Amino acid sequence: MLTNLSDSEERTGRRPGGETSRSSLANADTSGGRAGDKIFSGLSLGAGILIFVMLAAVAIFLTWQASPVLDIPATSVSGGEGFLNYVYPLVLGTLVAAIIALLIATPVGILVALYISHYAPAKVAKPVGYVIDLLAAIPSVVYGAWGMTVLSPALAPFYTWLSENFGFIPLFAGPASATGRTMMTAGIVLSIMILPIITSLCREIFIQTPQLHEEASLALGATRFEMIRQAVLPFARTGIISSVMLALGRALGETMAVALVLSTGGLQWSLIRTGNNTIAAEIALNYPEAFGNRLAELIAAGLMLFIITLIVNFIARAIIARYKEFSGAN
Amino acid sequence: MSKRIDVENLNVYYGDFLAVEDVNINIESRSVTAFIGPSGCGKSTFLRTLNRMHEVIPGAYAKGKVMLDGEDLYGKGVDPVTVRSMVGMVFQRPNPFPTMSIRDNVLAGVKLNNKKISRSDADALVESSLKGANLWNEVKDRLDKPGSGLSGGQQQRLCIARTMAVKPDVVLMDEPCSALDPISTIAIEDLIHELKEQFTVVIVTHNMQQAQRVADKTAFFNIEGTGKPGKLVEYDDTATIFQNPSQKATEDYVSGRFG
Repeated sequence: MLTNLSDSEERTGRRPGGETSRSSLANADTSGGRAGDKIFSGLSLGAGILIFVMLAAVAIFLTWQASPVLDIPATSVSGGEGFLNYVYPLVLGTLVAAIIALLIATPVGILVALYISHYAPAKVAKPVGYVIDLLAAIPSVVYGAWGMTVLSPALAPFYTWLSENFGFIPLFAGPASATGRTMMTAGIVLSIMILPIITSLCREIFIQTPQLHEEASLALGATRFEMIRQAVLPFARTGIISSVMLALGRALGETMAVALVLSTGGLQWSLIRTGNNTIAAEIALNYPEAFGNRLAELIAAGLMLFIITLIVNFIARAIIARYKEFSGAN
Repeated sequence: MSKRIDVENLNVYYGDFLAVEDVNINIESRSVTAFIGPSGCGKSTFLRTLNRMHEVIPGAYAKGKVMLDGEDLYGKGVDPVTVRSMVGMVFQRPNPFPTMSIRDNVLAGVKLNNKKISRSDADALVESSLKGANLWNEVKDRLDKPGSGLSGGQQQRLCIARTMAVKPDVVLMDEPCSALDPISTIAIEDLIHELKEQFTVVIVTHNMQQAQRVADKTAFFNIEGTGKPGKLVEYDDTATIFQNPSQKATEDYVSGRFG
């Protein structure tokens, strides 16, 4: 085998000094590439390990700093009824704000992405895409200020109307906030903030739908809408889930916008009354003046947020894994 | 059901570019017709005008008449969606829906337009379509497994079954075997022989032996040079095209002197 190889190399004259070509297979020529390969694999391994180290460092820091909470007597915790009673309204508030945001942003985001990828003529699609991406570039403090000074007053009359006509539903029970700075407004502001995440990720995935599958559907007599349902959405399903989960992560952790928009208070059913709070806003509003037990409380609340986000991610993974066999990746 | 196709003065454009010029052809029902010719000669483009699939590409359109048993596919008020459910298509590369099971793949076209179909009717249709595509025995125990798990040749037969399940009048095939191995190719060719008992079959192929094996009639398309439109050069019985063509270009092509 080796002789054949060097023979042919001699004949084709590709390498000068063909008589040494037998040993050239093992000479230093290639070792430069080998070393590069080793360095690169080391670097990528290092980067992978770094992620774990950072995650572990955050988890350890949070747990360590939060541990004093366990020793504080229940009456000394804010609210005076123990840590769990302190934190569960915040957890619920965080989830409610994120769910409102997702309920609005998911359908809108998917529809906009479909419009850009499959309906709009190229001339329109690009500008619309850029504008959506621009939404992501607006700092959250600006969203917060806008939500507080513009959106809240604009929505206040609507909330009054809601409480008068749909007040029998606990979610819309009156009296509505006069300023409009409610959980509902916070959720709406959050939905605008996470819209670009869902839209731009979904658009990328929709565009990647294999033309083969789109044509297969059309050739069976599908309308464009049916083609989207049959070929595009199933292909994009895991991508859509990932984008929604990413957006959920952003909505759960968003601090400034909620802190500015929401006029915080105790937990309650109504979304349009003054009240409710989220973990992120609670930490942001109180951290600068906190010390001792109060600090441990806030960090423990942060640990809760960390755990919620982890659970959300695990659920997303599980959903994606369930569809693996049918994902088209095989 | 099977219908004949009569094409009159068909010109196909991509924007301003004339891709296929002035095609006239009459295709009998219950027959197999092969389109042969060098790459870029417009045979696939022309095939796609027979079910208005070329319109999927922005800027593409056709002028002229394509009559399906006398009904013009390009007439006023004709919906391309209806045309495509009457004229089915099998593509170059097998394209079962990866997210669907084998069973759902077969039913994919039937379930469109919100048509309701009972469980037992669906089962019967799946079985008859898969049997029609000579695939039933290979997949009957794993109908709920994804279609993408099958071999290339099996996937292509699944696509044929999916097309047959819609009960079209015509089946178009765009180089259906070019991505398959010889054994799978033979399976598809055998199937094409059976298909013509029910359907009008039009097949584009680069393989001239294949055209001779499967086709009753053969059409030779050619192009004079890059940037020029493709043209239908000669259309006749397959034996005539390959043994005694009337055009010099046809003879050069089938005897391997070019292309």
